[in-house]
Amino acid sequence: MSGSSIEKIIASHPFFAGLAAESLRLVAEKARLVELPAGEVIFHQGEAAERFYLIRTGRVALDVYTPRRGRYTIQTIENGEILGWSWLVPPYLWRFDARVIEPVEAIELDGRRLRELGEVDHDLGYELYKRFATLIGRRLESTRIQLMDLYGSSH
Amino acid sequence: MIPVRYRIGKVRRETHDTFTLELHRLDGQPPLRFRPGQFNMLYLFGVGEVAISISGDPDDHENLVHTIRAVGTVTKSLEHLGPGEVIGVRGPYGRAWPVEESRGQDVVLVAGGIGLAPLRPVIHHLLARRADYGRIVLLYGTRSPADILFRRELERWRARLDLDILVTVDRMAEDWRGSVGLVTTLIGRAPFDPARATAMICGPEVMMRYTMAELLERGVASESLYLSMERNMKCAVGLCGHCQFGPTFICKDGPVFSAPEMAGLLNLREV
Amino acid sequence: MSQSALILEREDFRHLLAALGAEGRTVIGPTLRDGAIIYDEISRVEDLPIGWRDEQSPGRYRVERSDRPALFDYVVGPQSWKKILHPPAVKLWSARRTAEGFTIDAPVEPPRRYAFLGVRGCEMEAIARLDRILLEGEYVDSTYAANREGLFLVAVNCGRSGGNCFCTSMGTGPRVKRGYDLVLTELIDAEGHRFLLEAGSLRGERMLAELPVRIAAEAEQTAATALIEATAAGMGRQVETAGLRELLREQSNSPVWDEVAQRCLTCANCTMVCPTCFCSTVEDVTDLTGDHAERWQKWDSCFTMDFSYLHGGSVRQSTRSRYRQWLTHKMSTWIDQFGEPGCVGCGRCITWCPVGIDLTAEIRAIREASPATTNGGRS
Repeated sequence: MSGSSIEKIIASHPFFAGLAAESLRLVAEKARLVELPAGEVIFHQGEAAERFYLIRTGRVALDVYTPRRGRYTIQTIENGEILGWSWLVPPYLWRFDARVIEPVEAIELDGRRLRELGEVDHDLGYELYKRFATLIGRRLESTRIQLMDLYGSSH
Repeated sequence: MIPVRYRIGKVRRETHDTFTLELHRLDGQPPLRFRPGQFNMLYLFGVGEVAISISGDPDDHENLVHTIRAVGTVTKSLEHLGPGEVIGVRGPYGRAWPVEESRGQDVVLVAGGIGLAPLRPVIHHLLARRADYGRIVLLYGTRSPADILFRRELERWRARLDLDILVTVDRMAEDWRGSVGLVTTLIGRAPFDPARATAMICGPEVMMRYTMAELLERGVASESLYLSMERNMKCAVGLCGHCQFGPTFICKDGPVFSAPEMAGLLNLREV
Repeated sequence: MSQSALILEREDFRHLLAALGAEGRTVIGPTLRDGAIIYDEISRVEDLPIGWRDEQSPGRYRVERSDRPALFDYVVGPQSWKKILHPPAVKLWSARRTAEGFTIDAPVEPPRRYAFLGVRGCEMEAIARLDRILLEGEYVDSTYAANREGLFLVAVNCGRSGGNCFCTSMGTGPRVKRGYDLVLTELIDAEGHRFLLEAGSLRGERMLAELPVRIAAEAEQTAATALIEATAAGMGRQVETAGLRELLREQSNSPVWDEVAQRCLTCANCTMVCPTCFCSTVEDVTDLTGDHAERWQKWDSCFTMDFSYLHGGSVRQSTRSRYRQWLTHKMSTWIDQFGEPGCVGCGRCITWCPVGIDLTAEIRAIREASPATTNGGRS
């Protein structure tokens, strides 16, 4: 897929709406389309977090590995959603495993490069942090409700 | 308001704590007619009554169907009944889901846990009049894969090309390859046009609050959001005062309400 | 006053009582019992609380000798007419186990016809409130309807205001406004002891025609009017009702709720004595064999913890939320539901509250604590 069509996909995604043209170009510059088969582990907990993904189709499980139960899926990330924020939040290490459940087509973005660019270009940095803060906030909200065991006990 | 006697025809166990009763009138007459979203008061001799939404097909004029979660005295006693036993039924009561008003629109049904049961009649109704509606989407969240209600029916419906069903669980199971996460996470990926959608939401109050917020953010108009409320129910006919929720009586002004009718009330504590 | 005002002399009062009891009616009227003036079946004039009156203040009720042998110097006691019309316990039906499950026997108790003697303006309005809810909704309370059927109402214009009443604020008295068959005003002066009577219905007129009455003199009509106006002027408490519905709706987080919750015992006295509180519960009971079951309807109160119970817990757990529910319903959401407030200003809740909570004072406190808004501010 051509660079310009990847840029178009990124530009039309709600997550990047309102991004200045130059920032958009920087974001899309080193982006590439990837296809990941079922079962593939995209990243492991503890590894250096350098990339993030715009999932177009498919389903990714965020797993925690436990010695007795093996992998435990705490949440799935699916079409239209962003996978990976650890590259922007210190210590820049993946906090969970990410494993493909349903084959994934995604745009892979160079997180580390954007992080370094953001240290210099604060406008770009601010836009990235603003968007990811919102994303993390929403995930935190829904995760907390998920923890309530809403359907299990009397609420 | 004296209960009418119904005999249990079939009992189906849905999950570890939820079961479905298929009822027929004792005197052989066809069962009561109802609109999706209405409920009955089910009476167990000498034990008491409980308000249960009707979960069957409104166009099925032979069976009266209720899906019940065993959580209290009466429901736990109902759980022990078998085919042939007799219970009392009063109803139908309450305001129905806006299946008429939403014609021509996309319809988004968001169900949480046992909340799928009061929405099931809506699905039947819509599918029997498929051409009257735009996209139909069911978003269903429940505790775990073992708690999924009406699983076979959902799989059958999902096999249709003119209906979208997204299911998610709060907790995974070993063999689960579906979504994991709160039901609100399904809204962003659900295929419908918020500008011409009616949403019907049913589940624990917390789930409905957050779902409403998410749908509003997605662009669904507040007047097009509907939810089904629950409070202590005794007489079910607006005379005993128990089911009051602010200025409304849930038994007769509800249980289905539009979001504007609930404005302010849902965020108050202890109302 | 109208031209048809008539006078019944005190010594002829027994004829009114006899006429009320004719046609098989059970006459319910005031009587002194256990230190209070309550409502019960009466048959003779001597059953009435002759020469008694009540002294009421927050949390306090005493009967004491009046300085004259008046029949109606008392105001309102711990009971209201809902005791008869909407009884505290009603058997709705009974059922028994059969081979085919069970069978339900609908009640066959023949209804009684009643006459009420001594209904105050506030109480007449309370009956009208209950009519609105229990008779005029989509579903009718059949017990209430049966008790209400053919009810003959003899109202009384108050010649004295009780310490806790505020009927003038609620627009319910002291002059009885509507709904009566007969209304009387008791006159005791140098001219003698008599009752000014007026009919409010055809039945009332017919009954007056059978009584030894004479046409009231203009002086007597003037005296009656003056008496009622004096009562109105002497009202002990006031409530500002303008914007009250919006005020209570908007002030659900007022600090006043926390403050009153320190005092309220959630004893439910107020709901029991209130003439318009209608909440009830349903109880299903069986005998020891388990083969016979009964369903009973009983008075209930939003002050109980159980009232708002919903699988696992009660929605209104705190005292604060329950007091707020009661007062907000009575003065605000009742208006949303039924077009007028549920409170008729009788003051019973103030009298019978063990800690003397005065809702007129609480409302005033809520107003004062509220930030100036378009409806609730000082304007």
